[in-house]
Amino acid sequence: MMLNPRHEEGFFYLLAAIGGLVSALGVGAALYMEHSGHVVTGMNNQIVWGLPHVVAIFLIVAASGVLNVASMGSVFGRKLYKPRAPLSGLLAIAMLSGGLAVIMLDLGRADRIIVAATHFNPTSVFGWNVILYPVFYGIAAVYLWTMMERRMYPWMKVAGFAMFIWRIVLTTGTGAIFAFLVARQAYGTALLAPMFIIMSFCWGLAVFLVVQSTMYAWNGLSLPPLVLQRMKNLLATFVAAVLYFTIVLHLVNAYFAKNIAFEYFILFDSEFAGMFWIGQILVGTLLPLALLFNPATAAKALWVNVAALLVVVGAYYQLYVFIIGGQAFPLDIFPGYDVKSSFMDGAVDHYTASLPEIILALGGLGIAFTMTTIGVRILHFLPQDDLAELEAAASATD
Amino acid sequence: MTTPDNNARRKFIAAAGAGVAGLGFTAIAPGLHLMAVGEASAATEARKAGTAASPAVRWGLLIDAGKCAPGCTKCIDACHTENGVSEKLPDPRQNSQWIRKIELVDRRNGKKTELPMMCQHCAEPPCVDVCPTGASMKRADGIVLVDRHTCIGCRYCMMACPYKARSLVHVPLTEQNPEVPRGQGCVESCTLCVHRVDKGQTPACVESCPEGAMMFGDLNDPASAIAKRIASVPTTQVRADLRLNQGVRYQGL
Repeated sequence: MMLNPRHEEGFFYLLAAIGGLVSALGVGAALYMEHSGHVVTGMNNQIVWGLPHVVAIFLIVAASGVLNVASMGSVFGRKLYKPRAPLSGLLAIAMLSGGLAVIMLDLGRADRIIVAATHFNPTSVFGWNVILYPVFYGIAAVYLWTMMERRMYPWMKVAGFAMFIWRIVLTTGTGAIFAFLVARQAYGTALLAPMFIIMSFCWGLAVFLVVQSTMYAWNGLSLPPLVLQRMKNLLATFVAAVLYFTIVLHLVNAYFAKNIAFEYFILFDSEFAGMFWIGQILVGTLLPLALLFNPATAAKALWVNVAALLVVVGAYYQLYVFIIGGQAFPLDIFPGYDVKSSFMDGAVDHYTASLPEIILALGGLGIAFTMTTIGVRILHFLPQDDLAELEAAASATD
Repeated sequence: MTTPDNNARRKFIAAAGAGVAGLGFTAIAPGLHLMAVGEASAATEARKAGTAASPAVRWGLLIDAGKCAPGCTKCIDACHTENGVSEKLPDPRQNSQWIRKIELVDRRNGKKTELPMMCQHCAEPPCVDVCPTGASMKRADGIVLVDRHTCIGCRYCMMACPYKARSLVHVPLTEQNPEVPRGQGCVESCTLCVHRVDKGQTPACVESCPEGAMMFGDLNDPASAIAKRIASVPTTQVRADLRLNQGVRYQGL
């Protein structure tokens, strides 16, 4: 169904206005937190990173992963993905903007953000990220330019390759934020760097599929079956790969006697156990896999989109369990002792996000949504497939 | 006092970080520098105004857990009075605690111990490694501090500290001690009463302990009382497995 052009224009402005309003509310919530202090959040001296970080890290990781679609075309020469590269670049910039905005606005001293650029500590992974993110923007912008400007076409492959390398480095940096933490049992493993990369592939593709389908539906089109089949197979592969990393992470952790108590806590004996098994594993992994592999649902765009949405829902559960659950478990400062104090030593902490935090987190999603909505409107990034060429390429490879 | 492998590790991380920075992007980080530490002669007494802290000194504490009286909170009271840590928030988990008492029960034999826990002033502090702006720093004489002018409140140091020694200031502050600047949205922890140490005094907690369970001094000076005691009785570094080489040692654990 194609919308009447007048209705269509009105609908666009409505969406942009809703996105803008949510973004503005997010900034308002940040100002309130800035004015009152973090006392108005659910975060404390045990759980120091909360819901804003869950949402921000999802957006940042997915931003890197959504560019996988472009890399499939430019670096690996897959024709099907080439027309999708501009949209993937736009989504990457939009999601990274939303994620970074939340991270920066949640700072205890958000007004001093410029200090992060003028004072650099080379041993800090956060410090590395201060460089990784702006360069990501720069390369993504150049990459988009090479795709949109005919004179720049010859540079597209080089820019695409640079983008591919940089987003691998960037997501390694995001995973390393946790991998480099020696203090808490949930973190501090090199596995987190590659795991974050595969998570980014998975979540980025899921977001791409949903946005792409929305754009097609908006224009009264439907995704060519060949395109749908290829992309849903890729998504299923990534979902399975994230599951594999999740299993290995917990198996290795549980093998060490010192970590058994934490693994028991996170998997079986806490508020996070249900989120892990139902949110991450059932809703975010097994259901999408079933939808993507069952012939009755896998051929239908609707069910593939449902699977992609479930992957995104599961991603939030996964990050919540990982970030909040990892902090809720007490630090093992005195191994072999039962401890207690006035500062939550030896005690499991409980976190409930406050309203300002929730609004700030939604504001990040609002920024990503608004940038995407306006971007696809102005830039005409609807993928244009040359179906005859695709069929020929498919039969040649099959 | 630093172990060779830890030095190598830090150099490696710094080199890797500099590698990222060196990929042609230093232009956006014009302030690229390592925290400079001053060179000065050893100071075991008051530090003269205008002179830098001495790397020849390593200030530290020795805490005798055997003497720490159950239920006594005099060190906490003295610390928080000295440093103006007075806010009492509805959610106590949001209060700053520069020093706290931990009650321990040995799972093997049920032996009970109490001890004060604060910033351990590591020689290889994870909080300093992870701080993006270098606000978290180690002074030449081993005291780990937060520069309140460059802390952006990201709390990465709180994630990294194995001792949960750091707090975020969750509310606007009033009535501060002029010698101990604190600020909303900044992370803070025990300064080893650096403002007192620089005047040749001992930290407030040490001075307040009625049992004499806490000893302060220069770990690098073999003639100091603290160094002599550490050389003569068994002492423990908490989470010694992490090899952070803390300036705070415990006895009787």
